[in-house]
Amino acid sequence: MKFMLMMNAPRGDGDWGVMSWPPEDLTAHIRFMKDFAQELSKSGELVAAEGLASPAQARIVRAGKDAPEVTDGPFAEAKEFLAGYWIVDVESAEQAYAIAARASAAPGPHGKPLNLAIEVREVMCAPSVEA
Amino acid sequence: MTQAGQDALLRELAPQVLGAVVRRYGDFSAAEDAVQEALIAAAMQWPAQGVPDNPRGWLIRVAGRRMSDHLRAELARRRRETVVVMQATEEAPAPDEAPVQDDTLILLFMCCHPALTRPSAIALTLRAVGGLTTVEIANAFLVPEATMAQRISRAKQSIQKSAIGFEMPNADDRAERLGAVLHVLYLIFNEGYASSVGTQLQRVDLSSEAIRMARAVHQLLPDHEEAAGLLALMILTDARRAARTGPDGELIPLDEQDRTRWDAAAITEGVALISRALSRGAVGVYQLQAAIAAVHDEAARHEDTDWPQILALYGLLKRMTDNPMVALSYAIAAAMVHGPAVGLALLDELDREGRLAGHYRLDAVRGHLRELAGDRVAALAHYRAAASRTTSIPERNYLISRAARLSTGS
Repeated sequence: MKFMLMMNAPRGDGDWGVMSWPPEDLTAHIRFMKDFAQELSKSGELVAAEGLASPAQARIVRAGKDAPEVTDGPFAEAKEFLAGYWIVDVESAEQAYAIAARASAAPGPHGKPLNLAIEVREVMCAPSVEA
Repeated sequence: MTQAGQDALLRELAPQVLGAVVRRYGDFSAAEDAVQEALIAAAMQWPAQGVPDNPRGWLIRVAGRRMSDHLRAELARRRRETVVVMQATEEAPAPDEAPVQDDTLILLFMCCHPALTRPSAIALTLRAVGGLTTVEIANAFLVPEATMAQRISRAKQSIQKSAIGFEMPNADDRAERLGAVLHVLYLIFNEGYASSVGTQLQRVDLSSEAIRMARAVHQLLPDHEEAAGLLALMILTDARRAARTGPDGELIPLDEQDRTRWDAAAITEGVALISRALSRGAVGVYQLQAAIAAVHDEAARHEDTDWPQILALYGLLKRMTDNPMVALSYAIAAAMVHGPAVGLALLDELDREGRLAGHYRLDAVRGHLRELAGDRVAALAHYRAAASRTTSIPERNYLISRAARLSTGS
């Protein structure tokens, strides 16, 4: 079973809340994320993981009636935004929740767990083979 | 032979074997697939059975067999007689056929044809000339294997359609095509260099592959100054690799690097290469960039850097190319020689031209120069603006920590 784990991060003063963290806390956070990705990769559970560029660069594109419309992203009022995602291949939803819980506990300012909201969604797949 | 030794041997032989098979059968696209299969067969069999006495002949034989199978299938598909195939099989290339030196060069010219998109040319070059497998190339660029396979097969279709023959381009085309080859190798090197940070499980080292191919081009064309310049640039840049990132993959800027960790032997080789090339005349953009890298590499401490010389070299480079990144580097060098105010004025000029509008590098450099000038508040704003614009995670992390350092005053 594949699950997408979407990490929502608080918007903060600027584009990213992390901008105002003390340097050593930022370093600890980066190390955590790097180790986390490596562990998932080594355990064979990681399918894909990407971090997304700043929300200021987000655009909404619609085909439109005459020409495609490109407008700024929906983040002006949003308190949180999608910062990145993991896709993991695991045996059960519980395992995906456990991985999400670890991601949610990524260290923030003063090393305290961030308790980030991680949205867990199962990835749809082909029909199972009939016996 | 070690696993690494065997990989190196296969990659070295790949273009020679492909050259021999294309010469024999003519069909570049099918020959390239056949050689890829032969390389994979070798990678699976040699570790257990040992490397054959004539590895090149072994690969040509196996690839030739695959070609015969392919031709047979092709002919069956077209419902023709199989007699022709039998002849082709019997005429399979003799294993001891002498390697044709120019084959590597001809293959590079084919793979870096201007008609191909850059990503296609890069992928095809790595496979046909570099001898990498599709999986390795896909992993290196972090795309699924099927995507990379498709990219390579479309590149080969383009070559097939444009009817480029397996031969040296004529003298008129050669200079332009060599320019494209050097550029593709340069891009491969940069891809490896830029991605040599962060998680890199199972990624082949693109920088080393680029250096290996640039070395081959330099050996085939020892009198070509820009080929020498490109090789020198790669070697001199790669020499700093160990010092360039910290334990967590974080970027360490040139002025903070532990220079004792630079590769002294590589620097000696690169400096000798670029000095020889520059003394022969015809100066080009790769030679100038290599010369700049050499000046940095020869400074034992950051404060020993010969900035006036670097400024002069960027001045020459600026006249040869209208790349705004060169103008940006020129402004940094000017700031180091004449003070941050001069550099900032040059940046304002560059900003007005509009070609770097919104580019994070402009803000990043402004941040540095404001910091040098002691204007902490402005520096902080520029670092943060740059951090929110870059799409490189290590660069973003670097810029954020730079800003954080300023705001806490440590």
